[in-house]
Amino acid sequence: MIKLHSLLAFISLLLPLSSHAALTVEIVGGAAQQIPIGIVPFAQPANQPSLTQQDSIATIIGADLRRSGLFRVLETRAAANQPHQLDEVKYQEWAALQAQALTIGNIESLPGNRLKVSFQLLDVLKQSALTGLEYTITPAQLRNTAHRIADAIYQKLTGEMGVFATRIAYVTKSGTRYTLQVADADGYNPQTIVSSTEPIISPAWAPDGTKLAYVSFEKKKPVIFVQSLVSGQRYVLANFKGNNSAPSWSPDGKRLAIVLTHSANSQVYTINADGTGLQPVTHTSAIDTEPVWSPDAKNIYFTSDRGGSPQIYRISAMGGDAQRVTFEGNYNVSPRISPDGKSLVYIRQEQGKFRVTIQDLTSGQVQILSDSAKDESPSFAPNGRLIIYATSVNGKGALAAVSADGRVKQRLSDTGGDVREPAWSPAAN
Amino acid sequence: MNKRIFISILLALSVAACASKPIKDTSAPVVDKSPSTTQTAPADSGKNNGASTSGVTDTKPGVNPLKDPSNILSKRSIYFDYDKDEVKPEYRALVEAHTKYLQAHPDAKVFLQGNTDERGTREYNLSLGQRRAVAVKKVLNVLGVADKQIETVSFGEEKAKANCNDDACWKDDRRVDIAYENE
Repeated sequence: MIKLHSLLAFISLLLPLSSHAALTVEIVGGAAQQIPIGIVPFAQPANQPSLTQQDSIATIIGADLRRSGLFRVLETRAAANQPHQLDEVKYQEWAALQAQALTIGNIESLPGNRLKVSFQLLDVLKQSALTGLEYTITPAQLRNTAHRIADAIYQKLTGEMGVFATRIAYVTKSGTRYTLQVADADGYNPQTIVSSTEPIISPAWAPDGTKLAYVSFEKKKPVIFVQSLVSGQRYVLANFKGNNSAPSWSPDGKRLAIVLTHSANSQVYTINADGTGLQPVTHTSAIDTEPVWSPDAKNIYFTSDRGGSPQIYRISAMGGDAQRVTFEGNYNVSPRISPDGKSLVYIRQEQGKFRVTIQDLTSGQVQILSDSAKDESPSFAPNGRLIIYATSVNGKGALAAVSADGRVKQRLSDTGGDVREPAWSPAAN
Repeated sequence: MNKRIFISILLALSVAACASKPIKDTSAPVVDKSPSTTQTAPADSGKNNGASTSGVTDTKPGVNPLKDPSNILSKRSIYFDYDKDEVKPEYRALVEAHTKYLQAHPDAKVFLQGNTDERGTREYNLSLGQRRAVAVKKVLNVLGVADKQIETVSFGEEKAKANCNDDACWKDDRRVDIAYENE
């Protein structure tokens, strides 16, 4: 273990601070009310040449908050007052710039190539501190720390959990190569998890964020693998006769809902995370697929064509009778449940257009969220506010995100090949 | 905090490991079949399949009948109508030929690989492709092929042609391919 640590320290030195982004996130539209916030560039030691303008912590925080659509990030460079400590803040000047909130901070060098990052969030009108935190990190952790500060600011000012320090798994196709990747939620730090000349679909995060289940066709048929993001090791979760697909983790991470066909149509099963203890959930001759657990682990929502057209149903995770959940339209597939269990997101096809749709599970009210035509694979952010999904832009697979109220839209474009099958990670630990 | 960063560094290491250890496809039991290059278009294939039943028995010495272009056993694709899983009569001769081959070779195993066009979602299309594979399996069963010689699998839309805009293009993707083990 000691040896490993010294190796890691060595590698962290080699990692460039300004890692490139695989996905470029562009915001389209925004909330009606945006919070104006000033983010003063952090004071930083002169001997850190790697803290460049592009990667400055204030820039990353500002980009995160701006991308959420809920903030208006003010130009702070023009301000005469550039405070880094509480007693340096001239509130009147920031009030004149119409800032409601102000972030100040410092980066200090510590022995052993470590940094101390601290920030304070200030209420400009009340002239008081709202929150503040301090982090001791390596230089390589600077981006992640910026995302965590953005999360803290977001939570304090909106009352919701921030998701800037989360990650997104997705599949790229470039030529004949399929690659399962994981990147930060802002598209930076893309990491290859697995790569194959055969398709990879349906990545699913374990609830603790340390593993991904996915379906690979590398054995010339769909087989479910589980891979550790810590060690890179993987194992076959399910390789039964026929197809093995659509993995979904139970909320406690101990079991997965999966779809097997054996020699017939797709049916939903549950299985222990180690591949033992297979239990059937559905028993029909129809198609039953795309299972997903409710957050309370009691129910599984899934797609079935037992009524003639694909619709979403709910069944006890132990099996039994299923209840139909969607009634409008004749093609509703790919259910996902919001983290609070109150909303259902799915793909509806109407007049040849496949679009992201949200349904209130209590009132049954339905809203189409996307205005594109080839949308697939919706996935909730862990705070339930945003839904990422796959779409098509100019005939190429791309990712997009939309807020659960439909107001804020983001496009995530990749400079390389096709991007598809997004899955938003659980909240950062 | 530290732990998290170690994780991301380990991740970077595992990436390097992955890059140097590509997944082997040595177990591949089938060959990829691209309809645009190796297969007849469905409109023609029905005619061709129906025309040459005599090919089954006309095995040439030293030539694998499964690979012999003049043998109907080299015909491997069954095409379907939109949103349908019915095996059309024009494929009867093809299915019968493979039935005879499987009965004559009880150790042979066949994969029925269902496919769909690109419209719709990936997992649901996987299930639709499977339904077509199951439809072909039922015909083989009725003709007397044992379950142990058949595995139904689906590629869903994963092998579909990219950027189709009309049925002339989509129809090539609505098919079941017959692939023999170890081919």
